[in-house]
Amino acid sequence: MPPDPTQPVLRVSHLSKSFVVHAQGGLALPVLRDVSLAVSPGECVALVGRSGAGKSTLLRCLYGNYRADAGSIRVRHRNDNVELAGAEPRVTLDVRRRTLGFVSQFLRVIPRVPAIDVVAEPALRLGATETEARRRAEFLLGVLGIPPRLWLLPPATFSGGEQQRVNIARSLIVDYPILLLDEPTASLDEGNRAGVVELINQRRDAGTAIVGIFHDAAVRDAVATRIHDVVPPGAQP
Amino acid sequence: MPDTAIQDGAYNYAYLDEQTKRMIRRAILKAVAVPGYQVPFGGREMPLPYGWGTGGIQVTAAIIGRDDTLKVIDQGADDTTNAVSIRRFFARVADVATTTRTGDATVIQTRHRVPETPLKEGQILVFQVPIPEPLRMLEPRETETRTLHALSEYGVMQVSLYESIARHGRIAKTYNYPVLVNGRYIMSPSPIPKFDNPKLDRSPALQLYGAGREKRIYAVPPYTPVKSLDFDDHPFEIETWSESCALCGSKESFLDEMIVDDTGKRLFLCSDTDWCQERQGEREGAPPEVPAK
Amino acid sequence: MTGRPLLSVRELTKRFGNRVACCDVGFDLWPGEVLGIVGESGSGKTTLLNCLAGRMTPDAGSVIYDSNASGLVDVHRLSEARRRLLTRTEWGFVNQDAREGLRMGVSAGANIGERLMAIGERHYGEIRQTATDWLGRVEIELDRLDDRPTDFSGGMRQRLQIARNLVSNPWLVFMDEPTGGLDVSVQARILDLLRGLVENLHLSAVLVTHDLGVARLLTHRLMVMQGGRVVEDGLTDQVLDDPQHAYTQMLVASILPA
Repeated sequence: MPPDPTQPVLRVSHLSKSFVVHAQGGLALPVLRDVSLAVSPGECVALVGRSGAGKSTLLRCLYGNYRADAGSIRVRHRNDNVELAGAEPRVTLDVRRRTLGFVSQFLRVIPRVPAIDVVAEPALRLGATETEARRRAEFLLGVLGIPPRLWLLPPATFSGGEQQRVNIARSLIVDYPILLLDEPTASLDEGNRAGVVELINQRRDAGTAIVGIFHDAAVRDAVATRIHDVVPPGAQP
Repeated sequence: MPDTAIQDGAYNYAYLDEQTKRMIRRAILKAVAVPGYQVPFGGREMPLPYGWGTGGIQVTAAIIGRDDTLKVIDQGADDTTNAVSIRRFFARVADVATTTRTGDATVIQTRHRVPETPLKEGQILVFQVPIPEPLRMLEPRETETRTLHALSEYGVMQVSLYESIARHGRIAKTYNYPVLVNGRYIMSPSPIPKFDNPKLDRSPALQLYGAGREKRIYAVPPYTPVKSLDFDDHPFEIETWSESCALCGSKESFLDEMIVDDTGKRLFLCSDTDWCQERQGEREGAPPEVPAK
Repeated sequence: MTGRPLLSVRELTKRFGNRVACCDVGFDLWPGEVLGIVGESGSGKTTLLNCLAGRMTPDAGSVIYDSNASGLVDVHRLSEARRRLLTRTEWGFVNQDAREGLRMGVSAGANIGERLMAIGERHYGEIRQTATDWLGRVEIELDRLDDRPTDFSGGMRQRLQIARNLVSNPWLVFMDEPTGGLDVSVQARILDLLRGLVENLHLSAVLVTHDLGVARLLTHRLMVMQGGRVVEDGLTDQVLDDPQHAYTQMLVASILPA
């Protein structure tokens, strides 16, 4: 049975997460308690809350980067509902490869690999031809204002803003049904920020489900369809 | 009990005691049963140093009988010191007839050559072997070479031939050229010139190889396939000469090159003295035509 | 997710006298996965690798490999002949010290060509062509084909060792600290090369390293070993970014910031 387009593609229920620091005698730092959230295609949910409230932790739990202590994270993947909390690594990796894109604040630079190949890699992994992947990578780098003279250089030497845009291009080269954005415009100037906003909106309108942290209120207003308050466990009633 | 009465009286027939000969014969039987496989044996001290044919002598001593006719060659020649000594040794301790004629011999002990005259059924060729392990220069550990033989893991031998072509443009090995016996074991043919390798293949004679220092015996039974290793695009080839023997005119035998005076004048002679003399005899005698090849 | 694991390890234990080198280790390695084994020196990771690769016999447990040629095989119950055949056709093993994995006395071309010759390739020109191709793939100048590894730098030797292993198109490669003992810039090049080869050839691999940076770059999954036991395992970025076990937290906290 094909998935119902109005049904959520990401469903978080009763998610909890603490960090236990063994170096400090097993001190437990609760960050998320009983978080529930559902996101449908075409929605862009902006996570808001004060600094340290756990927005970034939530996003990383959704991506499988942080391990959920309790609760459930279900995503629609290959026409099926897949549980990400406690999933085997290969399941999480397959979900990341096809379904779940993530734009972090920082690009994890791979030594010696040119920017164009960094961007093209996720598409190649999904079976795009070399020519096709490069064409899309060039298009995205162009839209994001990376000058062609930088395309064949490894991004290690790029400025923060340039690295961030390479990172965005890399996450947008595949049409992931679900996108997680952690401050995608943090180190960008006005002009480039507008370009990124436009790309995000295009994806959203094409049916991508988006969860993001947008520090910049103008950006948030431009992309978000809904706000989700993230409240630290101690502040809850 | 065999006759132990020898001219000297002090030695058993054929020098070795009967138990030792039995032990060596058992090793030989096993070697014949597993062509190309190196069988360890309890090598004895012989009245000559290692390197002078102690392995070959023990094999000959174990198989020789009064009815045999023995020929001994060293580098093809019957008249070198080593060949003469060994021939006289057996004439004395084993009471056997000796000959220099390849065709007349039943047992031929050899160092570094195979006679040019084709061997026949019933003849036994005994090789003196300095280093029996063909993989020794590539793999120093005996435990590992044994495993490689046991599992037929012979990639490393091919590697050495590859390396030779890479360095010299061709397989530069000219003697002790490795062979595959009966499609199973890689064997050192002893330091014979590769010219002689084709004579080992499906030979009607029995080939026995004795290594005295390393105490190994191996064998190639009559009519056993013996293939010289090579590459498809660098096939095994034997040496050829544009010169011919200065004495008998042979072009098809293995020739030794000699410098004969101070000006560097060179002369080519057959390495196999018996073959050369027979051909000289034929040339002087009645039918002047070249013998059939 | 369908298919079956390439390698299934169960309850693997190896002792040296009274000392337990690795204890009750079990995991499944799936096709295309790169598994990292991390831990400090003496944690048992190299012993575990040697037991997995059939180089050492465990005291207990099993290693089942899904062989391309013969289906499921118990690595430690195979005859030595079949195990050795497996290790030089469907498997590779990259040693930390390239000198242990290479024949130092023969040329680079012969080193690469050995596996081909061992499985019956007998055309010199074709072996040489394949060796040349591989030299290029591991970024060694083609005119070094006839030079011996004794004349190579440490990084080149390691790349040559990689080529020597991959020439038979293995399915599974074991690597023991492949960049250990090399300069940082040389390391980066080898890591990048390995990353590309693993990706493009769809290799599965088990990689032992004490360098968490190497683990992050090359592996999909991690097992953290301490005192011969696996104390934590999971997705690489999750283990490194959200370590659960005290020992893993200590390891992660010990890295100098880049």
